[in-house]
Amino acid sequence: MPDVLSAPLVVEFPFTRSLGPVQSAFLTGLRERTVLGVRADNGTVLVPPVEYDPVTANELRDLVEVAPTGTVTTWAWNPSPRRDQPLDTPFAWVLVRLDGAGTALLHVLDAPGPDAVRTGMRVRIRWAATRVGAITDIACFEPYESEPHGSEPASHSGEFAEPVTGIVTPARLDYVHTPGRAQSAYIKALEERRTVGERCPSCRKVYVPPRGACPTCGVATAEQVEVGPRGTVTTFCIVNIKAKNLDIEVPYVYAHIALDGADLALHGRIAGIPYDQVRMGLRVEPVWSEGARHVDHYRPTGEPDADYDTYKELV
Amino acid sequence: MPEEPVAVVGIGQTKHVAARHDVSIAGLVREAAVRALEDAGLGWADIDAVVIGKAPDFFEGVMMPELYLADALGAVGKPMLRVHTAGSVGGSTALVAANLVAARVHRTVLTLAFEKQSESNAMWGLSLPVPFQQPLLAGAGGFFAPHVRAYMRRAGAPDTVGSLVAYKDRRNALKNPYAHIHDHDLTLEKVQSSPMLWDPVRYSETCPSSDGACAMILTDRAGAARSPHPPAWVHGGAMRSEPTLFAGKDFVSPQAGKDCAADVYRQARITDPRREIDAVEMYVPFSWYEPMWLENLGFADEGEGWKLTEAGVTELDGDLPVNPSGGVLSTNPIGASGMIRFAEAALQVRGRAGEHQVDGAARALGHAYGGGSQFFAMWLVGAEPPPG
Ligand SMILES: [Zn+2]
Repeated sequence: MPDVLSAPLVVEFPFTRSLGPVQSAFLTGLRERTVLGVRADNGTVLVPPVEYDPVTANELRDLVEVAPTGTVTTWAWNPSPRRDQPLDTPFAWVLVRLDGAGTALLHVLDAPGPDAVRTGMRVRIRWAATRVGAITDIACFEPYESEPHGSEPASHSGEFAEPVTGIVTPARLDYVHTPGRAQSAYIKALEERRTVGERCPSCRKVYVPPRGACPTCGVATAEQVEVGPRGTVTTFCIVNIKAKNLDIEVPYVYAHIALDGADLALHGRIAGIPYDQVRMGLRVEPVWSEGARHVDHYRPTGEPDADYDTYKELV
Repeated sequence: MPEEPVAVVGIGQTKHVAARHDVSIAGLVREAAVRALEDAGLGWADIDAVVIGKAPDFFEGVMMPELYLADALGAVGKPMLRVHTAGSVGGSTALVAANLVAARVHRTVLTLAFEKQSESNAMWGLSLPVPFQQPLLAGAGGFFAPHVRAYMRRAGAPDTVGSLVAYKDRRNALKNPYAHIHDHDLTLEKVQSSPMLWDPVRYSETCPSSDGACAMILTDRAGAARSPHPPAWVHGGAMRSEPTLFAGKDFVSPQAGKDCAADVYRQARITDPRREIDAVEMYVPFSWYEPMWLENLGFADEGEGWKLTEAGVTELDGDLPVNPSGGVLSTNPIGASGMIRFAEAALQVRGRAGEHQVDGAARALGHAYGGGSQFFAMWLVGAEPPPG
């Protein structure tokens, strides 16, 4: 097996979320140290509240206030907290049924060790010092000896000054990415300024970049074929809007280029010619920049344009 | 045993807008579903199964939203399915729902598709910074614009045709109260003088980003008999796929699109789509895709599609109106866009399209495509039940 490349790939983005009336009241309530639930059609108080009844599908808007104390209904010990978890010391994941609620809320319990946690134990909310209208306004739960409240939760209008109507929920995914055998070979050849594709043993088409298999025949490819370096612009567009995180001045030409010997076009930028003089059929060659893994752009070779009939199957 | 005929008896849409900050995703889908139930004269208890679709999870960052939406869509205790075929998903979702009724698995199915683009990041969701790969240079418009140029070259089309489509669709949208873009002051000159973003594609010839949902109630013959309003009947439906990139792929007129249309016409016994179909809702996110799809769907010979557009055939009062609703160019909640095409085709044959009704529409085609022109979904609906 030849060397296969791999590298970390981190995907991270802060998503925004509109809350709607029920979640808005719930999260604004947390900011004000008030825990709201919603009464379902069967009388059960759901905490956290939901917008629609899980049984009847009716719209639910009958908000009630429940207590900041409750009972652990089940738990799991987490000996090694990860990044962005509520506590950075070992803790218990807990489901807590707050007094007055009929359902349990998922959160964390600050406890010295698993021996200090049991189902049925009494706990209370430890509020965060700075509260913004988020589930993290509850910093965590902590052990708290007390008798369960028996009283019915009181109705609540859900109205607060300056309600929170939206939140930002960052999402982050950590991968290890490998491009596989065929693309690794392609990338390594690029370092030597060569473009290497693979030929399908069945249809004989040359794929650049190679994927290690032919998508139409469904068979593995192995036979390496060097293509280019010259090629033909099969079609293109002129990009007039500047892309974020891309250090290219607009306008520039984004083209499909069929390298000589390849059976499908790859994509690249055309430079070394005014953007409004680029045309289908233009003959081009790669321009490499020092130390880079990729072709920086393609420039005209000065050859006569390719005849449309010679590349129309590749458009 | 022959297939059960499938009827569309309820249709609901939200008013599509740039941002619905007042509702959660659950609140958004709920609005469309309730309107579809009202149209059908049905309640949650009448629904046997729910089939939903949306664009990839990364768009809004809600993983498996179908789980979180079960309450809002009354799916508790019922089968709930999610369909996933990129931009064509609204169409494929409706077809999966229709197949459940046709196969007599369920009698009445709620199908729904949505997108809350204001809370999503389609660009990020589609363009991950993959190690070792050169960064994508151009975005979605840059992906499709070179194919538009290839079409213009192949068909010998004058560069004025794209503007005509955009002007027509945005004018049609003024007659559709649910459409996102309502630009009352639009003129053809304004469309033509709009800046080129990805030359040959102008800003005015690209779709907007919308928040919206679309829902339909599909049912069997007995359900249709109880419908308070005329149903639309499904005469044919098909999906086809092909790889994003392969040697010999025709981006201008993909084989999968041709095959999909041919299958639908065979089922619906259509031999001359140009004459036998009264209205078309096709997925046109960039204006030039109207003439391209006219050819791909068999309404015009290769290279001739732009001539229909230029001659006004596809106008609301032409003899083959295309996108009377204003189309994707006027409304684009990505995951819902395909289902809106299917629903608008059904509204036409039900005679319930309001101001953008095509007079006497008896047969209409709904079309969706997605990915890198690799997924296709279409249905043909009629005012009368299918023969046999
Ligand atoms: Zn092959």
